[in-house]
Amino acid sequence: MGNLDLSFFNWSVIGPFVWKGFIFSIWLTVVATIGGIILGTILALMRLSGKPWLALPATAYVNTMRSIPLVMVLLWFFLLIPFAIGRPLGAEMSAIITFIAFEAAYFSEIVRAGIQSIPRGQVHAGQAVGMTYGQNMRLVILPQAFRNMLPVFLTQTIILFQDTSLVYAIGAYDMLKGFETAGKNLGRPVEAYLLAAVVYFFMCLALSYAVRKLQEKIQIIR
Amino acid sequence: MAWDWQIFCKETTSGDIIEGCFGKGGDQTYLNWILSAWGWTLTVAFSALVVALVMGLLMGTLRTLPNSPWLVRLGNAWTELFRNIPLLVQIFLWYFVVPAVFPALKEVPSVVLVVLALGFFTSARVSEQVRSGIQALPRGQRYAAMAVGFTTPQTYRYVLLPMALRIVIPPLTSESMNIVKNSSVAFAVSIAELTFFARQSGEETSKPVEMYLAVTVLYAISAFAVNRVMGYIEKKSAVPGFVAAGGMGAGH
Repeated sequence: MGNLDLSFFNWSVIGPFVWKGFIFSIWLTVVATIGGIILGTILALMRLSGKPWLALPATAYVNTMRSIPLVMVLLWFFLLIPFAIGRPLGAEMSAIITFIAFEAAYFSEIVRAGIQSIPRGQVHAGQAVGMTYGQNMRLVILPQAFRNMLPVFLTQTIILFQDTSLVYAIGAYDMLKGFETAGKNLGRPVEAYLLAAVVYFFMCLALSYAVRKLQEKIQIIR
Repeated sequence: MAWDWQIFCKETTSGDIIEGCFGKGGDQTYLNWILSAWGWTLTVAFSALVVALVMGLLMGTLRTLPNSPWLVRLGNAWTELFRNIPLLVQIFLWYFVVPAVFPALKEVPSVVLVVLALGFFTSARVSEQVRSGIQALPRGQRYAAMAVGFTTPQTYRYVLLPMALRIVIPPLTSESMNIVKNSSVAFAVSIAELTFFARQSGEETSKPVEMYLAVTVLYAISAFAVNRVMGYIEKKSAVPGFVAAGGMGAGH
């Protein structure tokens, strides 16, 4: 065994270095999940609309995003957003936009599968009582679909949380960066990475345990 | 913005345009470099896939064993450990922490450590797929095997695994495509793969758009090729009359 010394890490280190990154990681996860679900639902509805001029661009967008590694998407957006808006944008803001755009593709696939899992009879029943397409979606299909999708949404959110560490590629200050900076400043990088792993592990483990509990609950209701 | 694809014919150190775009002797053009980077991406992805399949299959199977609670716990612990730490953090663990704790590993080339990191990370997902594939089989299959007097290894070898592995081909297809994409994280420890190339060459040449585009296309081609290969395997191994059902799932 080497000589690990974890006593360096106490609140005086976590406070200035790690806390700021932790807040950003959580913030990025929450914003990207909400934004991704909204944009993803729109993409899914476009793909299921049956109108080629809506379905084709949405399909192309989703398939493109899904075939590129997230790190490359981060680099692309970090490169192109300043061109598009005419001024430089910080790495943190760029990361938020990238994650919403990227996760929307994955969420849209979940939403699409969720909508398709609703029996056709429900759609027909809605139509039979005279609902418009919008009413049918809003009042009959989506509420049921979203409940079926909830566990998968949350699982995707755990993956998303893990992936926030990839903002490393464009130098944004997230939790991993916080630990790394603390480790560098104290000359203890090994302990810093180890501690980062432990923190990520217990956060994700707690989340996935919660998802499993929720899944059991929903299964009983059904 | 004007395209400048001739950039790929440039020699990387002198900056001269080289006739035919392939450097001769000790010269290396950006085209040479990107092709070698593609090679690294495929090497890392393929080696990690082998690690992931071997460990994932083993751990996933252990998790379904009857009457062996400790082996089940081992499989569960493995899966939770490697599933709940971000890949980038796992790569740092293998690269910085493991050699510090076990000095003997300092001699191991970094690409091997990355392959292990990516392989073990993916093995947790494979183990999930394999476990749910085995559990998706009707219980009667296991009982039938017991009824004809099979031992547990025989039950798995001749009855459960042949069907379960076919069921898990579609999710394993997306895992195999993920591993190509996830190999991009190796840039963080300076493995000379595609993403590392994109960052490095984009900066050197001040032509990041061309470099990123080329790299993006190569990733898409690689993932598509993996998809086709797996589709071929799925078709060839299909049992007539059985259709594996797809479902919704989370992933990257």
